Amino acid sequence: MEDSTKREAFQERIDKGETIEPKDFMPDRYRQQLIRMMSQHAHSEIVGMLPEGNWITRAPSLRRKLILLSKVQDEAGHGLYLYSATETLGASRQEVIDDLLNGRAKYSSIFNYPTLSWADVAVIGWLVDGAAIINQTMLARSSYGPYARAMVRICKEESFHKKQGYEMVAKMAEGTPEQQEMIQDAVNRWWWPTLMMFGPHDDDSPNSAELIKWGVKSKTNDELRQSFVDRHVQEAHTVGLEIPDPDLEYNEETGHWNFGEIDWDEFWKVVKGNGPMNRERLNARRKAHEEGEWVREAAEEYARKRKLRQEKVS
Amino acid sequence: MSKDENLKSNNDDTQWPLWEVFTQPREGKPHEHAGSLHAPDAEMALENARDVYARRKEAVNIWVVPSEQIVASKGEDAGPFFDPADDKPYRHPQFYSVPRATKRRS
Repeated sequence: MEDSTKREAFQERIDKGETIEPKDFMPDRYRQQLIRMMSQHAHSEIVGMLPEGNWITRAPSLRRKLILLSKVQDEAGHGLYLYSATETLGASRQEVIDDLLNGRAKYSSIFNYPTLSWADVAVIGWLVDGAAIINQTMLARSSYGPYARAMVRICKEESFHKKQGYEMVAKMAEGTPEQQEMIQDAVNRWWWPTLMMFGPHDDDSPNSAELIKWGVKSKTNDELRQSFVDRHVQEAHTVGLEIPDPDLEYNEETGHWNFGEIDWDEFWKVVKGNGPMNRERLNARRKAHEEGEWVREAAEEYARKRKLRQEKVS
Repeated sequence: MSKDENLKSNNDDTQWPLWEVFTQPREGKPHEHAGSLHAPDAEMALENARDVYARRKEAVNIWVVPSEQIVASKGEDAGPFFDPADDKPYRHPQFYSVPRATKRRS
């Protein structure tokens, strides 16, 4: 049993806006919830390399190829920042990664959709990274120090991701009729899955209240989703693209865009592992892990030999 | 869908030692903690640190330190641990009042 005075003191620190550091007291459940949330976040970055990685070899120009390579490398880096932050809570890196490879862990459902054309790369940068920025800007103020600091680092890099995407969206939207059709088609396919990234409605989100009480999050799923819609509807209209939502309407009173209902059946289907690409993504991760085994072995052997050499010299 | 047995590389691959990474953002500035990573030895830790924490020239110099070598004061003991400094205001210049004239620069 945890000391109730300790828990009260902990809540007081949170309410005062203090930052919790790895060696500080924290309730078990705070620790567990953070391990769950941060490792899922890390997995999302790692799995998130796959849909875009799919297009690296087919980028339409060297410039776009360099940008995409660099972006995908950033996602790997983001995964590593987050795994390292998760470890500060006492989670083992290997266990966390095993959970992903064995299908026990979750990651963002958005990456279980396929990237069917080059325009998808543009739209992922614009919408998916745009959504990630909204979520991560909030998390950069999270009560857990290592998580917040990883987020600050990630947000800085993520703004390049979004901007390169929106630049491409804008270019295609004023391109040939075929390009315009391609980009609109990509928006049509990615809009709703992106809205789902923010998670269930507040009433259906059992973790939300607790995470807010603990200062891990400061806004609800629906609030974050609304700011995403407000920002991206404007950006779509600026470049002459349509949002595939017949219920979309500006609300003069609230100053926000009203939008239609998300297909929650689809959301839960994908979360539970039956989205279009769930199996493929996991298989790709397993294959990468298995095929990377010789690299890990070689690195270890290299370190061993270098150590031997140094011992001989001295 | 338990595939544990198919993932032979999973549980027998080693989790290399953990290193804490400190980066110096510019010459003349102090090193600052950036995060951590796993690597089989110090040299590879440095190379990995460059790729993970300095892709955009965030550092002109990097330190890597085995995490287990770091000794830290405990957050919850911060009060008693640091309180010897609490009652020594004379260690700060604000404690002193000096004649105005000395402030003037000619």
